[in-house]
Amino acid sequence: MEMPAPDSLLMERKARIVSGLQALLPDGAVIHEPSEVKAYECDALTAYKCPPLCAVLPGSTEEVAAVLRFCHAEGVPVVPRGSGTSLAGGALPTADSVILGVSRLNRVLETDYADRIIRVETGRTNLSVTGAVEAEGFFYAPDPSSQLACAIAGNIAMNSGGAHCLKYGVTTNNLLGVRMVLMDGTIVDLGGGHMDAAGLDLLGLICGSEGQLGVVTEATLRILPKPEGARPVLMGYASSEVAGQVVSDIIRAGVLPVAIEFMDRPCIRACEAFAGAGYPDCEALLIVEVEGSEAEIDAQLAKIMEIARRHDPVELREARDADEAGRIWLGRKSAFGAMGQINDYMCLDGTIPVSSLPMVLRRIGELSERYGLDVANVFHAGDGNMHPLILFDANKDGDLELCEEMGAEILKLCVEAGGCLTGEHGVGVEKRDLMTVQFDADDLEAQMQVKDVFDPRWLLNPAKVFPLSVSALRRAA
Amino acid sequence: MSGAEILGGPAPQTPRDISGQKTLQPGEAEIVEAVRSGAGPMRIRGGGTRDVGRPVSGEVLSTAGTTGIRLYEPGALTLVAGAGTPLPEVEAALAAEGQRLAFEPPDWRALLGTDGTPTIGGVVATNASGPRRVSFIGACRDAALGVRIVDGQGRVIRNGGRVMKNVTGYDLVRLFCGSWGTLGVLTEVALKVLPAPETEATLILPDVTPAEAATTMAAALGSPFEVSGAAFGPLGAAGQGTALRLEGFADQVAYRTRALTDRLGREAQVLGHEASAELWRAVRDVTAFTGDAVVVRVSIRPSRLPALAEAVAAHGAPRILADWGGGLAWLALPEAEVEQGDALLAAARDFVATHGGHATLWKAPAALRALVPVFQPEPGPVAALSAGLRAQFDPKGFFNPGLMT
Repeated sequence: MEMPAPDSLLMERKARIVSGLQALLPDGAVIHEPSEVKAYECDALTAYKCPPLCAVLPGSTEEVAAVLRFCHAEGVPVVPRGSGTSLAGGALPTADSVILGVSRLNRVLETDYADRIIRVETGRTNLSVTGAVEAEGFFYAPDPSSQLACAIAGNIAMNSGGAHCLKYGVTTNNLLGVRMVLMDGTIVDLGGGHMDAAGLDLLGLICGSEGQLGVVTEATLRILPKPEGARPVLMGYASSEVAGQVVSDIIRAGVLPVAIEFMDRPCIRACEAFAGAGYPDCEALLIVEVEGSEAEIDAQLAKIMEIARRHDPVELREARDADEAGRIWLGRKSAFGAMGQINDYMCLDGTIPVSSLPMVLRRIGELSERYGLDVANVFHAGDGNMHPLILFDANKDGDLELCEEMGAEILKLCVEAGGCLTGEHGVGVEKRDLMTVQFDADDLEAQMQVKDVFDPRWLLNPAKVFPLSVSALRRAA
Repeated sequence: MSGAEILGGPAPQTPRDISGQKTLQPGEAEIVEAVRSGAGPMRIRGGGTRDVGRPVSGEVLSTAGTTGIRLYEPGALTLVAGAGTPLPEVEAALAAEGQRLAFEPPDWRALLGTDGTPTIGGVVATNASGPRRVSFIGACRDAALGVRIVDGQGRVIRNGGRVMKNVTGYDLVRLFCGSWGTLGVLTEVALKVLPAPETEATLILPDVTPAEAATTMAAALGSPFEVSGAAFGPLGAAGQGTALRLEGFADQVAYRTRALTDRLGREAQVLGHEASAELWRAVRDVTAFTGDAVVVRVSIRPSRLPALAEAVAAHGAPRILADWGGGLAWLALPEAEVEQGDALLAAARDFVATHGGHATLWKAPAALRALVPVFQPEPGPVAALSAGLRAQFDPKGFFNPGLMT
């Protein structure tokens, strides 16, 4: 993977840049010793690393504005960083960049249960937002699997999803307002506690812009009353075609489960070996969860079980209590850990129309044979958000490259099937060079024109999202 | 319907656009040509039912050629249609499969005195969201999955797609949704659809003041019973009061009706399916104010409804219909008070300046709409970003110029 060559003039000015930033921030907020800067050299896409010039940890919107104004004047690229859990390299630095971390911005500024909103600083973690409101019976719906660690800032940058978005939507559907700082230091408020945009929907544009349009320092989020209860069922099938048909039939029957998760045989086996959740050994396993009162859950599950039975399940298991529900989820929730135990893996998140599921799984199987790399599939079936895990050996020469090549083939397949490269992780650097598979030159130009408006000098997170060759002229200008 | 015309999907027989990269969809070539050969401002027209905004002069540019449902997969909850497709055609196709547009787009013909037939493109271009907006993922913008547009240079641009989760590149779908034809011409939209519930019911509570109603609605919306509509004001046959909608399977609605009544601890009148559906159509379309001359739409934090009512009372004593649990207030003045329209709008704008939100002069004589800002003026830095985006996508200022001012 290629990154732009660092600007040697900026590298030579490091001392001046560091002291300029130190003058703007409290003691300890500028990290510049090489041994300490190392902590910021990568995010969760650990295959790529590069220490930045320095990292800054401002404690207020005004300090963020001061940093950006300075970097803008000095022509220094800035890479915003939440908690560094991006799987796409969204927070990967360049050697001539300043990392702007929002981890010190973590206060809850306001909760209002009558308006069902919470306003937080964006360094706050996803799970701690729910933590702040659950005593009152509320929760924040988007639940990426990294929710214990990931920051709201990163959730907004990547428009993060989670297992429950079939019902509750993703970040953009739960974000009502932001305070953000543009690259030139201008502070802008978009949206607020009300439910629609005054003019153009700039809030919708900001969400998912991968930290390239501004640094979001505060967010007004929608909170929802917790359902009375939730309960999963587990079903096993002899083929992924049948499992796919079950998903479609459930949706068509008018039941809207809060989650429909799918695992294939390699994934089931790995999870079973790791967690011993008691999963059946079959080709395809579904976990379907519904919410409501006890009686509502019973009624919905009766409908779902009837559909499930029609398709000759290998196994059909309804949780009778919290303990059994926990066991049904246990394997699924440990899927990534289980995989990590047996192998290095690369996790993709291409999304496909649910109807193409059997075809895409078959073709992934063919690719797996061609490349000689195993693939385990675990994903959100209700919304077609796949998570193929390609297993490889990082210590084996050429295996990573082979894995990346195969990953690219799978993502092309997702686009060909009518889907997209990434459903919830973002483009970052990882899928940057595949953007031309999904978009033509005009489509990419239109997106880059948006960045031209918000960050005319292309200083914010500049080497992400767009193929370097496509953005070269703008970055050089 | 043909299944081939998915967003970006191949359709070898149709012409290519000028840059030679994209297969054009039906009706797009004509719009591209009209934009490229256009000499001045254009009024973008779908069905012509939404006469809102600063009056615009110029040639009419119609999306009528971009019709047809191009893909509908009920099992995947997705529908793709040309922007000019009449809304009733979309709704009928969905109803045949027991599904619907969950954001229940309003029909403005009665309120605004327009005729014609609303189009799905017009719905998306105006982010037309009905009472269910108060629920999770309940706005038109939340259902929008993908768009194709023709921009001011005559380029066909595709963004988003037809899948529910998509974070590939910038989200221009939401930017174009609600842009009122001021950035480009929508030619195709992809939408998430949802199963239509088996039945619905509405609780009516005899609240008199906005403060009582705000309390009732907040309690209901803070309950776990998935209240999908919360309105206060003139409710047609149900009289004046607060309305709360519950939806789902029959036994579910029966349970939720009991549980919500218990939680509120008050006697409520319960409307069954038919009467409930009729009530929410009337709230959605603001039909209570059809006979009024000035209607101001105010979007606020729901809890601010009582304060708003107080703040505007001195300006012609407007009638108020509140939707979205109080977050959307419609203020109306009759013909006799039309000269108070200006002051009412100013009072609403003063209010949102302090409390947040925005106010739009939704209905007024064209003379008044030409005189005052119809849409909420934006603060400097936001206005600069909006102007910058318009300059990028519509460099000649052809598309509905000034409509959103």
